[in-house]
Amino acid sequence: MTRTKNSEPATDVAGPGRSPGVAVARSLAQRFSIVIALVVVVAVFGSLRPDTFLTTSTLQGILGSQAVLVVLTCALLIPLTAGDYDLSVAGVLMTSQMMIGVLNAQLGMNIWLVIVLCLVAGVVIGLLNGWFVLLFGVDPFIVTLGTGTILSGVVLWMGDSTTISGISTGLTDWVIVNRFLGVPLAFWYGLIITACLWYFLEYTAAGRRLLFVGRGRAVSRLSGLRVTRIRWGALVASATLASIAGILYAGTTGAADPVSGEAFLLPTFAAAFLGSTAILPGKFNSWGSFIAVYFLVAGTTGLTMLGAQSYVSDLFYGGALVVAVCASRYSRRKEVRESGSL
Amino acid sequence: MSVPAQAGGAPTGAPPVVEARGVSKSFAGVRVLDSVDLDVLPGEIHGLLGENGSGKSTFIKVLAGFHEPDPGGALRINGEDVPLPLAPGAFRDHGLSFVHQDLGLITSLSVLENLRLGTFSRSRDWAIGWRRQRADARTLFEEFSVDLDPAARVADLDGTQRALLAIVRAVHEMRTLRGSARTGPGMLILDEPTVFLPETGRRQLFSLMREIAGGGAAVLFVSHDLDEVREITDRATIFRDGRLRATVQTASVTDTELIELIIGRELPEHGGERDDVAPTASDAAVVVEDLSDERVESVSFALGTGEVLGLTGLLGSGFERIPYLLFGAFPAATGTLRTGAETLSLPAMDPVKAIAHRMALIPADRQRDGSVGSISVRDNAMLQIIDRYTTWRGLSRPQLARDCQETLDRFDVRPPVPGLAYQSLSGGNQQKVLLAKWLGADPRVLLLHEPTQGVDIGARAQIYEVIHDAARADCSVVCASSDYEQLAAICDRVLIFDRGRVARELRGADITKDRIAHECYTLADRAVPAGPVGPTEGEGEGR
Repeated sequence: MTRTKNSEPATDVAGPGRSPGVAVARSLAQRFSIVIALVVVVAVFGSLRPDTFLTTSTLQGILGSQAVLVVLTCALLIPLTAGDYDLSVAGVLMTSQMMIGVLNAQLGMNIWLVIVLCLVAGVVIGLLNGWFVLLFGVDPFIVTLGTGTILSGVVLWMGDSTTISGISTGLTDWVIVNRFLGVPLAFWYGLIITACLWYFLEYTAAGRRLLFVGRGRAVSRLSGLRVTRIRWGALVASATLASIAGILYAGTTGAADPVSGEAFLLPTFAAAFLGSTAILPGKFNSWGSFIAVYFLVAGTTGLTMLGAQSYVSDLFYGGALVVAVCASRYSRRKEVRESGSL
Repeated sequence: MSVPAQAGGAPTGAPPVVEARGVSKSFAGVRVLDSVDLDVLPGEIHGLLGENGSGKSTFIKVLAGFHEPDPGGALRINGEDVPLPLAPGAFRDHGLSFVHQDLGLITSLSVLENLRLGTFSRSRDWAIGWRRQRADARTLFEEFSVDLDPAARVADLDGTQRALLAIVRAVHEMRTLRGSARTGPGMLILDEPTVFLPETGRRQLFSLMREIAGGGAAVLFVSHDLDEVREITDRATIFRDGRLRATVQTASVTDTELIELIIGRELPEHGGERDDVAPTASDAAVVVEDLSDERVESVSFALGTGEVLGLTGLLGSGFERIPYLLFGAFPAATGTLRTGAETLSLPAMDPVKAIAHRMALIPADRQRDGSVGSISVRDNAMLQIIDRYTTWRGLSRPQLARDCQETLDRFDVRPPVPGLAYQSLSGGNQQKVLLAKWLGADPRVLLLHEPTQGVDIGARAQIYEVIHDAARADCSVVCASSDYEQLAAICDRVLIFDRGRVARELRGADITKDRIAHECYTLADRAVPAGPVGPTEGEGEGR
């Protein structure tokens, strides 16, 4: 008797007989849990500090400045969907920010030319990551940990360990100064990129393939997907988007400093995993992560306004990451169990 | 046709090492093991024979504590009653030890580390005395005349050495890990350990088994190979359809009797080889020539348009590798595949190329290789043809949903809900979705491996129908299967493999379950050199 994984008769219909109304309500609650959490956080801090937290300027500040995190999270979602970790996204962000500082502020190169160079640098880093991962068959977790660290070293060296100010107002105008509907343009860029990524993952054949590669490498290969090429493409896309996040970061702060970018890595992962528990639970998705970013930021901003020390944001981000990963694992398992198989 | 089961070639008086009485097991109301009474005596090598699905694996899994038997059975070990079900792992306390076909070795570790794996997992020692351990290992190897270096890495050992190591380890654990209260000889259970071994390896393994039995322990030897069972065992027990059919003295039973017990029917009169129709390669859809890899040797055959070609053989004969090699799922060493005017090199084959030549592969392991369980039925079913739905503004999801619904209805997938996670379907319905996935791409060559494994009876007939429909639409089908009944039901021609080669070809009226079983089991005995199995005429008749 050969071993059959499926010899136990699986039920034909998903899930035990439960009233459909309850199931629908439950699934809706799960899908929008992150939205609910965001509303709760805003309500709590709003009632505690109505005069500072619930002001237009706080809102505008949060929306505009955190667009960097939104874009960086989008960058990370692509390799995560393909089943690969990319720990170099923060390093890429810092690289492109520092390139703007050095080439534009110090050497006076045209800002738009520098932006193009940043994008090229992003593509090159992504290609290198993919090269190490796929041609040598190394775990991307390790490779990108290495390249990310190399990049932060390069950034320190490029910037001579100092903060470079004086970035062209052309960039800051188009990122944070100019507004649409009272909100800095950066927010809208983040929104557009989130929407594009959603469209890509949900409405294109390539997005479907990316998901298959992430969930089942053997299946994908035997289905004729070019697994290597797709994974490589995902790493290039993530580095390129991370580079865009770096450009927005330079535009948001108007300066390039060689260390602060590193702090983005953990919130990015927290937002990506937290986002995967909502909207499309069990699946990395850009709207979930978009809302997760603002949930995390609202939480830390509120805590800071209550007078908490700055280390609280680390506690909050780290805690959110652990909780999010556990929750997403739990919801995936529950989904499997309730669909009555295995 | 039960042959009385009495008195082994072992010292009388001692109680049997294992004494099973009325052991049954049902899955969802289906009895796969029906009231088995089996004795294994000390110092005896006891063969366990039976086809796939005969219940012998289930029985072993009950002993291992992997399956919980139905209430009512009893088990005595060394004359003591043992409560059923056994807890997983409890077999160790009773002096039983298992060697499974995959051997359970960690190849990146040393021989010594593997040998002591079971001890480490239970030991609370803070310091491991490596020097003493090495000496102990050497003594152990000497005792069984096994030539192994404790410091060697398992990855550097050949198959025979690995098998020897696994068996010595099992004996070692049988002795040392037993609960302190138990006495009496242990029992070693070997689950098809010789399948992938060369002839010299078998010899070494057999002499090791004799050493072990000579020391008073019992050996339960599961095998497909009648030759081996005849050579090494004292007695043999035959399972069929979940029942123990007979326990026989190996020395006093003929091959014919054994085969009858295994397949359950009188053997058909074995006529001579049929006159082969003169092969004409020109009207074959696909011609495979000189295909080899580590387990397959120079296999050549032709596949006609719309033909259903079965590949079968005993475990280890290599037939099951052919679909994967043709599809490029793993690399061949040599071989070409000719389709139309094109000749493709098989070592350079990959799935992308195979799909471009309109081939489709439906693997046996649906969960790992076939589909992604956590993704919806729709996405799984439509993966191969998803590009057809790409428009200037992205995927046309309504169209995709409509076509998917239509496909699920056509293949009678139940429930026909495209949004459901694939893994929530039953085995049969999962397989239908896989067929839908690949047939949607309109393949010219359909490669199947165990297409109805884990599939219920009703869905089985539907799957046969789907395969026949594909063949009628001029798709050529290769079906690698160890289910003889299935081969008889769907194939126009069956190739029987033995030790990596095509050894027999059956066609037309010769394709019956019994005949296929007979050929499979007797091939090894007769060792007749295989006649050339050339490319043959394609169109099958009499489906």
